Amino acid sequence: MSAVIQDLVNRPYEAGFVTAIESETAPRGLSEDTIRLISAKKNEPEWLLEFRLTAYRHWLTMAEPTWPNVHYPKIDFQDIIYYAAPKAKKLKSIDEVDPELMRTFEKLGVPMNERAALAGVAVDVIFDSVSVATTYKQKLAEVGIIFCSISEAVRDHPALVRKYLGSVVPTGDNFYAALNSAVFTDGSFCFIPKGVKCPMDLSTYFRINTQDSGQFERTLIVAEEGASVSYLEGCTAPKFDTNQLHAAVVELVALDGADIKYSTVQNWYAGDEEGIGGIFNFVTKRGLCKGANSKISWTQVETGSAITWKYPSCVLLGESSIGEFYSVALTNHRQQADTGTKMIHVGRNTRSRIISKGISAGRSNNSYRGLVKIGPKADNARNFSQCDSMLIGPSCGANTFPYLQVQNPSAKVEHEASTSKIGEDQLFYFASRGVGAEAAVSMIINGFCKDVFQQLPMEFAVEATKLLGLKLEGSVG
Amino acid sequence: MIRADAPVLLDVRDLEARIGERQILTGVSLTVRAGEVHAIMGPNGSGKSTLAKLLAGHPAYVATAGSVSFLGENLLDMAPEARAQAGLFLGFQYPVEIPGVSNAQFLRLTYNSVQASRGRDELDPLEFDDLVREKIRVVDMDPSFLERNVNEGFSGGEKKRNEILQMALLEPRVALLDETDSGLDIDALRVVANGVNSLAGPDRAIVLVTHYQRLLNYITPDYVHVMEGGQFIKTGTRELAIELESRGYDWVRAEYGRSRAAA
Repeated sequence: MSAVIQDLVNRPYEAGFVTAIESETAPRGLSEDTIRLISAKKNEPEWLLEFRLTAYRHWLTMAEPTWPNVHYPKIDFQDIIYYAAPKAKKLKSIDEVDPELMRTFEKLGVPMNERAALAGVAVDVIFDSVSVATTYKQKLAEVGIIFCSISEAVRDHPALVRKYLGSVVPTGDNFYAALNSAVFTDGSFCFIPKGVKCPMDLSTYFRINTQDSGQFERTLIVAEEGASVSYLEGCTAPKFDTNQLHAAVVELVALDGADIKYSTVQNWYAGDEEGIGGIFNFVTKRGLCKGANSKISWTQVETGSAITWKYPSCVLLGESSIGEFYSVALTNHRQQADTGTKMIHVGRNTRSRIISKGISAGRSNNSYRGLVKIGPKADNARNFSQCDSMLIGPSCGANTFPYLQVQNPSAKVEHEASTSKIGEDQLFYFASRGVGAEAAVSMIINGFCKDVFQQLPMEFAVEATKLLGLKLEGSVG
Repeated sequence: MIRADAPVLLDVRDLEARIGERQILTGVSLTVRAGEVHAIMGPNGSGKSTLAKLLAGHPAYVATAGSVSFLGENLLDMAPEARAQAGLFLGFQYPVEIPGVSNAQFLRLTYNSVQASRGRDELDPLEFDDLVREKIRVVDMDPSFLERNVNEGFSGGEKKRNEILQMALLEPRVALLDETDSGLDIDALRVVANGVNSLAGPDRAIVLVTHYQRLLNYITPDYVHVMEGGQFIKTGTRELAIELESRGYDWVRAEYGRSRAAA
């Protein structure tokens, strides 16, 4: 039966093809010249070039973090291509998108054609360094919502971008955030004005296509007073036997009474069974609950990447604001994940909730790392954390690193953790009822992840369930 | 109910088995015909549960000699799930917990897996709900029991009732019930016994593995086998079980020893 489980986890990666498309790339390596080149390519205003250069100069003084529980050879930052774009003219409508690109996204199941789009999800599609299409723009504009690539936003809404960019993750926040601030190429921008409930889910789909290129996207979402939005993010990359660096920054700002729900299904290429190739996913995501009664909720299903280093966090500044983090992280083969969250309670009556489910199979290593900080002014702050790990097979690892810093005596902080194993006995129980290992593992895993999947939008939940099944095919043992 | 002309459902011949390096079964033979109820009794460690688990296909137990035929097929060649699909059922002594999975979801998956293998229609959640609400009466449980996670936080009695409910849904040809009576109070014992009796019929057979005679006050066996050292050392009827209750196992061992010496 062990062998059956091993087979179950080891399904091939279905998004691993390369699109043959002519692209324009910057020379390898990073210098002020590279940054000026990127900025010039994008016709950026002077203030943004300055933003980039400040970040770059700061980055030069910084060192890569060594505290995560992950191991990889030193990255040569001079051997990375920082800008890669499919060669194309300026597009007036989605119908002008290169058919080869359209086919790529069709293959990946991303709805780019508005007429054919399912369930009315607006999509912004990022291919390597540029945004290639955004759907439903007009319809959203009618209610005052801005949803476009960040490059367009810089051009068309410079004041808004300038006001919020770097306001949650400052340029020198950490090594990878500084790098991103220096070289970010594209990403999504989303602005929901006061009092508007976004009528459809917004979604960005990221695709790395060029070998040796990095993807450094930047996402900025602002929800004004009383606004609300649900945002989805998906990612894939072709199979290469080299590693690609993905160092994104996502910033969320919620004003009084605003509500932002950010969901990710991350399926970057994870490398092969021996850990050759795969994406280094070093990402900084942070939300600022700036206003009173605002709420930011992160939900992530992390199944891909050779290495994941990611802590979607909430700074709970506004009184009675709420932060949530729901995570499923699955690692297999030689994958390594060090992921979790930070809940920084600053304001009074702030509340946070953390539900983390780690699943390790193969020879992978899966760590939860989370900080709950209650500041001196955060009277009556509340946190509840639950971190569960599940092990599949004898050669994987799971760790939990919870950090609690409480500086206010009225705070209440709870932490629960558990570790379990898909055992022979569980599988035998299913088998003795006529259920094979594949269906059994799928049901056990879905049961384990239920609290998180319930947070995902319907379509995404179905995809996530399917993805976990695929990823685990062949691995139970 | 013994009928000499009833078809043989399960036929175990000279079965030997081990777990790890330890030999547990040393030669078991058992013929189960449709309509019969067998009870296997014996002291702890005699090999009763091993026999039940081996027949159901637990991967830790390995048959080293002998044969088992189930409905004419070589049972030992079948994957555990195929055995269940073919109509063999094992009621667990210690049912396993499955966190986050509701009993209704689990029961429907098992029911549909077995239905599909038999070429019958699978049921959607609504249709299945109708079926399971009817079956749940057999074990005298509240329907809220269906919404709880499988065996999680169940009392001993609830776990055993859940096993019987699964048996009632899957309608096996041969049900092996491993210590289904252990840890039950008298009311739960009666419910479980009623469940077993309601399934019994001319087409099916039941094999009870039990420690105590008290379950046999509610379910009348046609045969009682005494297991010792990995084999049956005596076979009798219900009266044998009553005798074991009052006299213990020593006299059976002594009798078996004398018969061996004489042979």
